[in-house]
Amino acid sequence: MSTPTLSGSVNRRDFLKLTGLAGGGFALAFYIRSGGEAAAAVAAAKADFAPNAFVRISPTGAVTIVSKQPEMGQGVKTSLPMIIAEQLEVPWNEISIEQGDFDEKKYGGQGAGGSNSTPNNYDNFHLVGATVRTMLVEAAAQTWGVPAAECRAEKATVIHPSGKSLKYGQLVAKAATLPVPAKEAVTLKQPKDFKLLGTRIAQFDTPKIVTGKSLFGIDVKLPGMVYAVYEKCPAFGGKVVSANLDQIKTLPGVKDAFILEGNGKVKELVPGVAIIADSTWAAFSARKQLKIVWDEGQVVNESWETFVTQAKEKAAQPGGRVLRKDGDPDAALAGAAKTVEAHYIYPFISHANLEPQNTTAHWHDGIMEIWSPTQIPTIGTGMVNRVLGIAPDKIKLHLNRAGGGFGRRIGADYLIEAAAIAQKVNAPVKLTWSREDDLRHDQYRPGGLHFLKGGVDAKGKVVAWKNHCFTFGEGGSPGSGGSLSGDEFPGRWIANYQAEQTMFDTGWPMGPWRAPGSCVFAWVMHSFIDELAHAGGRDPLELRLELLGDKDEMPAGGAGGGAAKGGKQAAAPYNVARMRNVLKFAAEKAGWGTKKFAKGSGAGLAFHFSHRGYFAQVAEVTVSKDGQLKVDRFVTGADIGAQVVNLSGAENQVEGSVIDALGVMMYQELNIERGRTVQSNFNDYPLIRITDAPAKIETHFLKTAYPTTGLGEPALPPVAPAICNAIFAATGKRVRQFPLSRTDLRWS
Amino acid sequence: MSKYTLNVNGQSRTVDVASDTPLLWVLRDSLDLVGTKYGCGIGQCGACTIHLNGVPTRACMTPVSTVGRMKVTTIEGLAADSGKLHPVQQAWSDLDVAQCGYCQSGQIMTAAALLKDNPKPNDEDIDGAMAGNLCRCATYMRIRAGIKLAAGLATAGKGGAQ
Repeated sequence: MSTPTLSGSVNRRDFLKLTGLAGGGFALAFYIRSGGEAAAAVAAAKADFAPNAFVRISPTGAVTIVSKQPEMGQGVKTSLPMIIAEQLEVPWNEISIEQGDFDEKKYGGQGAGGSNSTPNNYDNFHLVGATVRTMLVEAAAQTWGVPAAECRAEKATVIHPSGKSLKYGQLVAKAATLPVPAKEAVTLKQPKDFKLLGTRIAQFDTPKIVTGKSLFGIDVKLPGMVYAVYEKCPAFGGKVVSANLDQIKTLPGVKDAFILEGNGKVKELVPGVAIIADSTWAAFSARKQLKIVWDEGQVVNESWETFVTQAKEKAAQPGGRVLRKDGDPDAALAGAAKTVEAHYIYPFISHANLEPQNTTAHWHDGIMEIWSPTQIPTIGTGMVNRVLGIAPDKIKLHLNRAGGGFGRRIGADYLIEAAAIAQKVNAPVKLTWSREDDLRHDQYRPGGLHFLKGGVDAKGKVVAWKNHCFTFGEGGSPGSGGSLSGDEFPGRWIANYQAEQTMFDTGWPMGPWRAPGSCVFAWVMHSFIDELAHAGGRDPLELRLELLGDKDEMPAGGAGGGAAKGGKQAAAPYNVARMRNVLKFAAEKAGWGTKKFAKGSGAGLAFHFSHRGYFAQVAEVTVSKDGQLKVDRFVTGADIGAQVVNLSGAENQVEGSVIDALGVMMYQELNIERGRTVQSNFNDYPLIRITDAPAKIETHFLKTAYPTTGLGEPALPPVAPAICNAIFAATGKRVRQFPLSRTDLRWS
Repeated sequence: MSKYTLNVNGQSRTVDVASDTPLLWVLRDSLDLVGTKYGCGIGQCGACTIHLNGVPTRACMTPVSTVGRMKVTTIEGLAADSGKLHPVQQAWSDLDVAQCGYCQSGQIMTAAALLKDNPKPNDEDIDGAMAGNLCRCATYMRIRAGIKLAAGLATAGKGGAQ
């Protein structure tokens, strides 16, 4: 059934595998059905036109877009369908969006992490929308007996210059009989014609959010559902020796109580005691009566403060793993006009998603059916398969909106717990973690220490850099984001450079935290660069531009510890031209160097490349004489490529990243003593509140010709150093330890 | 277990629960009003904020036995006219305040109570009133802007979803 405009139609099993994604390395596979299959789909879906997994149009003209990615506040349930809608030529207010269940055969990859949802799907979703539009135009052209090239689509209508027009709904029956065109036969709408992309669109779920409708994992309720809590050993990975189960089973509302052995992995199914009750409160109440004898294991010998003491003792000794060595750093330090020596410390922190971890599971008819707020579904389903022995085709997973992700829900410990509990309960069961569970059993961002030495010559140029980093491991490998890369800036840019790393192995659970690695390394590196700028009497912007140099690209490589887990950036070439440009752009927007600040006020800047995005930021702060910090103004320059998808969501991500990073710097500190977390709730683990939010945040996007990339993470890393550098400019006090309460900022 | 007849969003609702059950769990588990959220259970985060006789209150710290005939208003009943939005809900929609959205019921309930007492709050009033509500996504800039918009102190303009 091919036509002049639909040459090369796909008529085999039409598994279109699109590769060569810009900036990518990932490929998304998706089904586009052939004509015959489309016809079958029509019968199944009551005459809807559903030529691929993502778009469905009914004869009444209702357009539904399926969003395959998990939504956790990063906005993809709105922004990615916007791409399809742009190409489809359907007004946004006529579109409804459905969250797709987990089904990677149908949709392609569904993991949300690493700010990858946008770059991994951007090109494909343009093609998805344009393909459906092409078929609707062809259907109209055939109906009228005119060439498709004479027709155009606009506002869900195909129009012919003669004045004829047909709504998409009217074309559904005809379009469903057409073959799906090959991508070569599909004309993509060009950026100059975009009407939707780049505008401000409210999240599709906003009406439900502001009226309190059921939306999140924790809101799930099923007929006959029971409620579970799960008590784990306070010391990581500890085992249950015995518990007063018989007494617990007699408590009001309690239906059952039992022990789960766990699978021996601290980030998978951890041993514990489950209580099943007829309400959340009955389960929470019964839990207070639990008496458990634990076998805490060897982890009780591990405490943060002990490791800090050891690091300080070992810092000056050789023996760290050398990640990179260029030139002769010791000789360069000896010959430097000025040297600076400092160490930086950041503690372990929690993700603290406001929605505590939860999952609902129902073991029925040989199927494990799961409702979960999860970031990377395959991690949870893989664990259910491996740990519980349930075949992949017997696992059904529904994706719920997550009340915050930040990397925490890449881990699926809560999901496997719910599934393991469900195997023993003859009903749907919702597992709800308490806030205390959440803080004490997170997969934490590893803390770290960096012992730095740097030297500048008589002109203030950086001529030597040495760093001995101490990080933390779990079972022999560094925790996620814990491993410094030999390529971490300014590695590769300084002729005499050395980075080495010593790891303390622990039994502590660690996981990716928003911009893993980058979220702390950018603070250390850009704070120390600032120290060297001041030592050499140089302007912090001018010194950074000198450091970046004139080359437009810095290849990856040389000696290296490899990229930090969760970030591909260190393995990719560093586009120095983009960084220089965005740095100048941010400085110009902020008016860097044009303002006079009174004592107690000042400006600082920093930049960072991560998650395919180039970011430079300028902070203006005031520190009162009694040491209270106020961020007066925060300016971001962002290069995430050619297209901001949803300007509202994009600005929101940047503003949130700025305040998140500020909050981490000001408040977040988690102490691990004897293998367990000391803090328990927001009374002793404070998060930033509105009172500390900056007076003004400005976000500027520098449009470039590069592929469009994501925004969940890359705005965060330079925030803390920009602010700490501004604090130094304001007070002369250098912040070298998180949280801020560790540094006395009082001045007179 | 005891029976309690509550006045929730203008309706009389009878529940049979333990007397120490926090109103939060009565709303969520017994009455299927899940807009009121559990965040900390100790009154630190504000995600469970409801109105008791118009006063913003932490439902997680309010045993059902203490509610009596007080009027309970939740996010589901905030708009006086069902089918319409309260001005704060409307402002939150216009400005696309939320990221994950989990805390926003509590933010909106606190903001609505603020504007009832103080229809034209200044920046300090806003920060002071909202300081008990955590937003982990840190949408604080838009929360401030949303309150100003609802108060008629600002127009939507730039920075929202217009």
